[in-house]
Amino acid sequence: MSLEERDDSHVLVAARDLSKVFPARHGLFGHHAADVRAVDRVSLDVYRGETLALVGESGSGKSTLGRMLLRLIEPSAGNVEFDGVDLMSVSGESLRKLRRRMQIIFQDPYSSLNPTMTVRAVVREPLTIHRLGSGAERNERTMELLRLVGLKQELAGRYPHELSGGERQRVGIARALALEPDFLVADEPVTALDVSVQAQILNLMLSLQEDLGLTYLFVAHDLRVVEHVADRVAVMHRGRIVELKSRVDLFKKPQHQHTRELLASIP
Amino acid sequence: MTKPLLEIQGLTASLATDTGTIYPVSDVSLHIDAGETLAVVGESGSGKSMLAFSIMRLLPRSARFEGGRIVWKDRDLLQTDAESLRRIRGNEIALVFQEAGSALNPVRTVGSQLMEPLRTHLGLSKKDARDRAVELLREVQIPDPETRVSNYPHEMSGGMKQRVLIAMAIACDPELVIADEPTTALDATLQAHILELLGRLKENRNLSLILITHDLSLVKDNADRVAVMYAGRLVEVGPSERILSSPGHPYTAGLWESLPKPRGSEPGKSKLHAMTGTVPHLSHLPPGCAFGDRCPERFDPCDQDVPTLQNVNGDPAHRTACYMNAAALDATTTSV
Repeated sequence: MSLEERDDSHVLVAARDLSKVFPARHGLFGHHAADVRAVDRVSLDVYRGETLALVGESGSGKSTLGRMLLRLIEPSAGNVEFDGVDLMSVSGESLRKLRRRMQIIFQDPYSSLNPTMTVRAVVREPLTIHRLGSGAERNERTMELLRLVGLKQELAGRYPHELSGGERQRVGIARALALEPDFLVADEPVTALDVSVQAQILNLMLSLQEDLGLTYLFVAHDLRVVEHVADRVAVMHRGRIVELKSRVDLFKKPQHQHTRELLASIP
Repeated sequence: MTKPLLEIQGLTASLATDTGTIYPVSDVSLHIDAGETLAVVGESGSGKSMLAFSIMRLLPRSARFEGGRIVWKDRDLLQTDAESLRRIRGNEIALVFQEAGSALNPVRTVGSQLMEPLRTHLGLSKKDARDRAVELLREVQIPDPETRVSNYPHEMSGGMKQRVLIAMAIACDPELVIADEPTTALDATLQAHILELLGRLKENRNLSLILITHDLSLVKDNADRVAVMYAGRLVEVGPSERILSSPGHPYTAGLWESLPKPRGSEPGKSKLHAMTGTVPHLSHLPPGCAFGDRCPERFDPCDQDVPTLQNVNGDPAHRTACYMNAAALDATTTSV
C-alpha cells in the first residue's frame, strides 16, 4: 500500500492546528515580554505501524510537539485524536486508560531514571500504578520485558548508576513497553549514546516495532539515523512543519530551503 | 626527517577509583606534525579526553603519570615546572572545551573573559585588550562583535558560545589547539559551521589541531591523520583516507560500519551493522586484547597478551595493535 492510499482508519494519531505558546519573561522581576510560539498551528497524521520522524534543530519545537501528542504538555490551541478519541476532552480514568497505549522514551537515560530505584522497580512501576496483574504476575512480566530488550536477568537488582548508557536506554524502553502501548514517542533516543551503542539501540527499536506492531514518532536531529528508521519524515523549523513526505522522497527531492540545509550538513 | 611538533612517548596515566587503580591512558605513543590536523577518535571510556588533558597537564587530582614523555619543543612537559607550564598553556598550546554552556563563567561578560588571557599572558592594557577581544570575536565570525563583547554567556546561543571558546583558545596565538568534542552538543548545521571555522583558522594562523571526537564520520573532511583509541590504548593510527578505506583494526572497521549510511531509494527501513557487546570497564580488562570479546576476528593469540602497535605492511605511517597485523604477531613471538 502506498502512503497516498491510506485513509482515516489507518490513522492512529491525528493532530489538528496544534499550538503551544510559552510566555517569555525577562529580567529580574519577570516582566512579561514577547511570547514564544514553540509550536505554531501544526497538523499531522501518524499512521498505524509506521515510523514518522520529526526532525529539526534545537528550538524548532519538535520535542514540544511530540509531548503534546501524548498530552504531556497541554496545547495552547488545537486538538489531538488518538485512535478516534479526542484526547483533549477526556480526563480522569478514561485518560489514564488511554495513556497506557501511548508512552515516551527519553533522550537522556542518565537523568530520566530514578537513581534510587532498581532496574526491576523502574520497569515494574507502570504495572503497579495501573494495577495490572498480581504481584507474581508483575514480577514475571518485568523479567519478560528485560528479556525483550536484551537485558540480562542479573541486572534486575542493579541501580541505574551501575549500568552503561546503552543498558540504561534499554531499561527506559522496557519501562515504556510495560503497558503494551501502540504508540511510542522516542525523543532523541540515541543522541546521548556512543556510536556502537547507538546502532544496537536502533536495531532493537526496529525489531520491537516488527514484533509488536508499534507506531513510532521518532524525534531526532541526526538525519543519518532518520534515514535508517523512518517511513516518513516531517521537518520542523521555527514551530512549523515545513516539509513532510516519504523518507526516500525527502532525501532525494528536498524542497524546502531548510530541509536542504539540514541535508547539506550531514558529515 | 623533520621533528614533530609534539611527540608523546609511551604515556601512561593512572586514576585512583573506588574499585582500584585504572589506566585511562596506557602506553600511548603519538605525534603531531606542524600544520596538520590529527583526529583522536574513541567512544566514552576510551581515554581520548584524558589524553588531551594529559598534554595540557590538566588531569584531576586523583590521576598520576606513571610513565612516558610528552615532548614539546625539546622539552618534556611532564618534567616542566608550574611557572613554565603556565606560559606554555594558552601561549603555545590551547584547549577548546566541550559544552560551551558550562565552560564559560555565567556572571562575567564574554569580553571580560576574553580579555583575561590577553592581559595576564600578553600584558595588554585594558583598552588594547578590549579592542583585541572585539577583533577575536570578529575572527570567529560572531556578527556585531562590538555589541556582543558586552554580552553575558546566557545572552548567546550555543553555537555562538562555542565560537567564544574558540576565540579564547586562539587569543594568545598558540601553535597547537586541542579541541575536545567541540561540536558534540551542537546541531548538525552548527557542527558543520564550527568545523569549517576551525579549518579556516588553522589555515590562516598556521596552527596544528588535535580534534578529539567520538564521531569517525567527521574525520573524512576534517583531519589529515586519525588515531583510534579503545580502553585507554591506541589501537590504530594512520592517514585519514587509509583508515576509512581500509581500516586495519577490527574495532575501527566496526566503528565505521556502525555509522548510519546513506540509503538512496532503497525502500523500507534497514538495520545498522552493530558491534556486539560494550566497551569494557577499565577496572575489568582482560589479559589480552581489550576488544577481544567483541571482535569477529578473534583467535588464540588475542587472549594471551595485549597486542602492541606495529607497522601495517611495513608502512610506518599506518600502524595497528592487532594480531591480524602479522608484524604484531612477530613482535610477541620474538619477545617471548
